[in-house]
Amino acid sequence: MVEHHTVKSFDAELELLGRHISEMGGVAEKMLADAMDALAGMNAELAHKVIAADVRLDALQRDVEEQTVSIIARRQPVAVDLREIIGAMRIAGDLERVGDLAKNVAKRAAKIAGEGRIPRAVAGLKSMHELAVMQLNDVLDAYAQRDAERAKEVWLRDAQLDALEDSVFRDLLTHMMEDPRNITFCTHLLFCSKNLERVGDHTTNIAETVYYIVTGQSLPTERPRGLDSSALP
Amino acid sequence: MTDAEAFNANGQTAPEPAPAPAAPVRPAPVAHTPPAPEKMTVRNLDFYYGDHKALKSVCVPLYDRHVTAFIGPSGCGKSTLLRVLNRMYDLYPGQRAEGDVLLDGANVLDPRLDLNALRAKVGMVFQKPTPFPMSIYENIAFGVRLYEKLGKADMDERVEKALRGAAIWEEVKDKLGASGLSLSGGQQQRICIARTVAIQPEVILFDEPCSALDPISTAKVEELIDELRHNYTIAIVTHNMQQAVRVSQYTAFMYLGEMVEFGETNGIFTIPRERRTQDYITGRFG
Repeated sequence: MVEHHTVKSFDAELELLGRHISEMGGVAEKMLADAMDALAGMNAELAHKVIAADVRLDALQRDVEEQTVSIIARRQPVAVDLREIIGAMRIAGDLERVGDLAKNVAKRAAKIAGEGRIPRAVAGLKSMHELAVMQLNDVLDAYAQRDAERAKEVWLRDAQLDALEDSVFRDLLTHMMEDPRNITFCTHLLFCSKNLERVGDHTTNIAETVYYIVTGQSLPTERPRGLDSSALP
Repeated sequence: MTDAEAFNANGQTAPEPAPAPAAPVRPAPVAHTPPAPEKMTVRNLDFYYGDHKALKSVCVPLYDRHVTAFIGPSGCGKSTLLRVLNRMYDLYPGQRAEGDVLLDGANVLDPRLDLNALRAKVGMVFQKPTPFPMSIYENIAFGVRLYEKLGKADMDERVEKALRGAAIWEEVKDKLGASGLSLSGGQQQRICIARTVAIQPEVILFDEPCSALDPISTAKVEELIDELRHNYTIAIVTHNMQQAVRVSQYTAFMYLGEMVEFGETNGIFTIPRERRTQDYITGRFG
């Protein structure tokens, strides 16, 4: 980290901002994990817990936004400070969206909890979920350590998640073709896989932001895509 | 033509130039693509107050019709540098400059140079407004008379143009006979800018022009600087970093008599290359 500001209260404000981002990251990770557990375990109660947790995440995001606006107005930050503050605002927005996506998965988990059909169709989603959680975890660590290289690795790895989504899509399609009675269940799972894929996109956004905070440079606009996304609707 | 001749308005022949001292050549820290020709060029400039070396091998360009801001903590040499650009330091014994300061390629530091001609080309506005204790009209006309003989009508026109150029005409046109000292601080400062502009210089140096002004007057002066840059090359020393961001296209950060970093203002304030620059502009200095 860089040296302290002459005005100590500025440091305190930046520290608080960083703490709020960490807390948001923690809440988003927990929501994502619980949403998957609810889906895999057909646990409607846990699903509702996830939906309720989103309120906290939204409130934290509003706090971060208010803080950043206030700091910009009062401190007129430049250079690394400006990047920190703009970065915090962007990351908070992405984490809030991750929470929304986890909530979406939880809503569908609550809906299909009673059906209990073909648990093996959920296996592919679990792999996607594991990767999405690991990615989110890594990018939050990269943020905490202001590690641009680590952020870039996360950014590159998103292609794997895209590829996994492809295979989950094919898998679910097969189940639906085998037995039309699976269609409702599998369609819900399809939406869940899309949500997890979107979590990956927000994770790469965060990686881009971390890279920008640390280096002042932007990663290329195009990042490597999944092997074959042409099969997707 | 020698450097000195270039400035001798009266056409007298200057003596032979002295051989240039061999100075250590360091590449000038210029931007990647110069936006305009260099109106002034400072190369390997050392400056001494007696034995104290206040500037150390400073290199910096002033691009034509652009605003260059000089920032840095007190005592870093930015005002000193400004005072070298129009040889203001000549007024004080024991101060000397070594190196090159070029104005359109001619060396400003040439001892035989006509200082009046130089200062007509390189005008200066100071921190505290310094109106003369005379009428508003005379405040402007006084300087013009030093350099030119104008008839009444021409002089009236020149005064009006200067006052308009300094964005104060509307406020003073009905009281040109009033004392310059009767105006507010912000107005006085714009009178001083008008006085500088009236001589029709090519370069204008601003030494903390807004530090004694309220925010509204400051905004007016900044707006004025933004307009002036279409016709003049401008250097401004300021302690107000936000002001540097607002008014300049190029920024030079100086520290302990050295030019630490020079570059586009946008770059300096978002991704400074030097750690010292970052520490200074973000308020992390010692």
